[in-house]
Amino acid sequence: MSPLPPDRFTEDETGLTEQTWRELRQIAARYPQARSGLLPMLHLVQSAEGRITPEGIEACAEILGLSAAEVNGVATFYTMFKRKPVGDYHVGVCTNTLCAVMGGDAIFARLKEHLGVGNDETSEDGKITLEHIECNAACDYAPVMMVNWEFMDNQTPESAVQVVDELRAGKEVHSTRGPRLCTWREAERVLAGFPDDRADEGPAAGPASLVGLGIARERGWTAPEAGASKAVQPTEETK
Amino acid sequence: MTHILTPVLTDNWDQDRSWTLAAYEDRGGYSAARNALTMAPDDIISAVKDSGLRGRGGAGFPTGMKWGFIPQDNPKPKYLVVNADESEPGTCKDIPLMMASPHTLVEGVIISSYAIRANHAFIYIRGEVLHVIRRVQRAVQEAYLAGHLGKNIHGSGYDLDIVVHAGAGAYICGEETALLEGLEGRRGQPRLRPPFPAVAGLYASPTVINNVESIASVPSIIGNGADWFASMGTEKSKGFGIFSLSGHVTRPGQYEAPLGITLRQLIELAGGMREGHELKFWTPGGSSTPLLTPEHLDVPLDFEGVGAAGSMLGTRALQLFDETTCVVRAVLRWTEFYKHESCGKCTPCREGTWWLVQTLARLEDGEGSEADLDMLLDQCDNILGRSFCALGDGATSPISSSIKYFRDEYLAHLEHGGCPFDPAASTVFATTGATA
Repeated sequence: MSPLPPDRFTEDETGLTEQTWRELRQIAARYPQARSGLLPMLHLVQSAEGRITPEGIEACAEILGLSAAEVNGVATFYTMFKRKPVGDYHVGVCTNTLCAVMGGDAIFARLKEHLGVGNDETSEDGKITLEHIECNAACDYAPVMMVNWEFMDNQTPESAVQVVDELRAGKEVHSTRGPRLCTWREAERVLAGFPDDRADEGPAAGPASLVGLGIARERGWTAPEAGASKAVQPTEETK
Repeated sequence: MTHILTPVLTDNWDQDRSWTLAAYEDRGGYSAARNALTMAPDDIISAVKDSGLRGRGGAGFPTGMKWGFIPQDNPKPKYLVVNADESEPGTCKDIPLMMASPHTLVEGVIISSYAIRANHAFIYIRGEVLHVIRRVQRAVQEAYLAGHLGKNIHGSGYDLDIVVHAGAGAYICGEETALLEGLEGRRGQPRLRPPFPAVAGLYASPTVINNVESIASVPSIIGNGADWFASMGTEKSKGFGIFSLSGHVTRPGQYEAPLGITLRQLIELAGGMREGHELKFWTPGGSSTPLLTPEHLDVPLDFEGVGAAGSMLGTRALQLFDETTCVVRAVLRWTEFYKHESCGKCTPCREGTWWLVQTLARLEDGEGSEADLDMLLDQCDNILGRSFCALGDGATSPISSSIKYFRDEYLAHLEHGGCPFDPAASTVFATTGATA
C-alpha cells in the first residue's frame, strides 16, 4: 500500500475532545449503514476544529472503519469542507449569472477591496472569510449574499460592506429572513444534525416568496374547491 | 374555470408561524396522512398515477409510475429519499417551501413512504441553507412528538423514521445517483444505470428519489382527490407548480399556477419588466434549459409546450434578462459554473467544460475569431449525449441556444474588441438615468 500523502497542515493541532468522539459516533448511529454519517461527521469536525484537520479525518476513519485516504477523498470533493481555518463569519457572494448580472460581481469586488483579501481568504483580524459562491436558491432576492449560510437578501455593495463591518465590530446582525447570525462553527454544528433550538426565529417567508400569494389573495384567486366525493377514500376492504 | 394563480403549496406561507405543527394542523394538516394510513398502499400509488403528477425536479417523470417500479417482492428494505439539494441556477422554490411549511413535506414523506412500503426516509438538503435545515429538523422532531412518525404511527402498525441529512456543497448531488453516493458517505459521482435506483438505489436496495415539490404535492392529492389535481394544468402536464421569477422584472418572486401558464401572463402579474427596459432572453427552467427569447412569451409553460419551443420546462426557474445584459457574459458565467461543478468522473464533461470556458472567455474578451463559434458548437457536440450524466448535457444548453439566437452579439464582441456592454447598467442599483 502506498503511504498516505504528507500532512499539509502547519497550525498547532488540538486533539478532539471526548465529547466530539461521542458525537461523531452518535451521527454514524443515525443511519442504517454508518458510513452514511460521513458528511455530517465532517461538518462536526469543522465545528469542533474550525476546519477539516488530520485528527478529524483520522477520527472519522477510525469510527467508520475506513482509511484516512478514503475520508480525505470525500472531504476534498465537497466545497463546504475547508482545509484552511475559516473566520468567525463565512461570507459568500453569489456570482452565478443572475446574481452577478444583478450586482453580485460589484458586491464581490467591493468586499475584496474593503477587506483586503482575495477569493477564499480570511481578513487579517480572522473575522471574515470571503468566497464567491454558486447559486444559493434565492434568485428572487438577487443579488444574494450568505453569511454562515444564512440569507442576506437584496444586497448592494454598500449594504454588504455595512454587514461585514458590523460583524467585525461584534455587533448583532440578523439574516434578512432568518435569525441572528451565529458563528461559522456554531452553524456547522447544526449542519451536523445537532439543532440549536432557533428554528422559531425569523419570518415564515420573505416578501418575494409571498408576491404571487398576495396577488391571489387580492383578486380572490384560489385552487378549485375539492368536491368532497372526489377525495381519495379508503376502499371497503382496507378500512 | 380555473383561476390564473392557484395557491396550494404556497397557500399557508402568509400564516402566522406557518412552519409550526400547531399552525399546520390548524389548517387540517396531517389529515391526509391519517387517511392514507387506512388505505391500501397500492391505492395511494394508483391515486398519484391517476392525478398525472410528474416529477417537479426538472425531468417530469410520472411520480406514480416511479413508485410502481419498486419491486415489492424484493426482500430488501425500501427507501424514500427526498432530493432537497436545490442548486440548479435560477431554481428557488423548494427552499422557501421548506422554510415556510416544512410540515407539508414531512406529511408528503409519510404518505409516500407508506405507499412504497419504506420504513426509512431521508431528506437530503443542500448544506448551504442553514435556517431551512433548522426548520425541517424542527418539523421532523415535532412530527415524532405528535406520533406522526416513529413506531406504530397512530395505531396503524406502520413504522417510519426520517433522517434529515445536510449536504456539503456539490451541485452534482442534485443528480439522483450522485445524491445516493453522497448519502452513502462517498464522493458525489453519478452511477451507471441500469440498475436504476428503483431496483438498486440506496445501499443497493429499492429506492424512490423524488423532488421536494413532488412529495409536497402528495398530501393535496390524497386530501382532495386525483381528479381535483388533474382538473388543473394541461392535457399531459397536470396540476399546479411553483413558478419562480427572477432578474429584471418589477416584482420577482414565487407564483403558483396551473402548468400551462405563459411567461407573458406571469410578467404581467409581476408588474412588467423593470421600468424602461424590455425582455431580451430568459431560461424556462434553470440554466440547463436552452435560452428562449421574447418570441416565446406565449409558449404554454408545460412539459410539451416548452419542449416544442426547443427547450425544457425544467424547474420553472424563469430567469429574466433585459437588453442591458450581455448574453456572452451570462453564458460564460454559467459555463464556469458547470466547469466548477463537473464531478470529474467522465472525460467529455470534465475536459469539455474546461475547453468551453477557454473558448468563451476569449470571445467575451473580443479575441478569437468567428470560427470559434463553430468550434464551440463542435465542443458542445462532443459533450451532449456523450457524458455520464445530464450535467454535461446541461452545460451545452446555454451555449448552443445563445449562438442560435444571438450570433450577432458574439460577433459584436470581435468587432468591438471586447464586451460592448456596461455591466453597471444591468445591476439593480443602476440609476435609471444611467441606463435609460
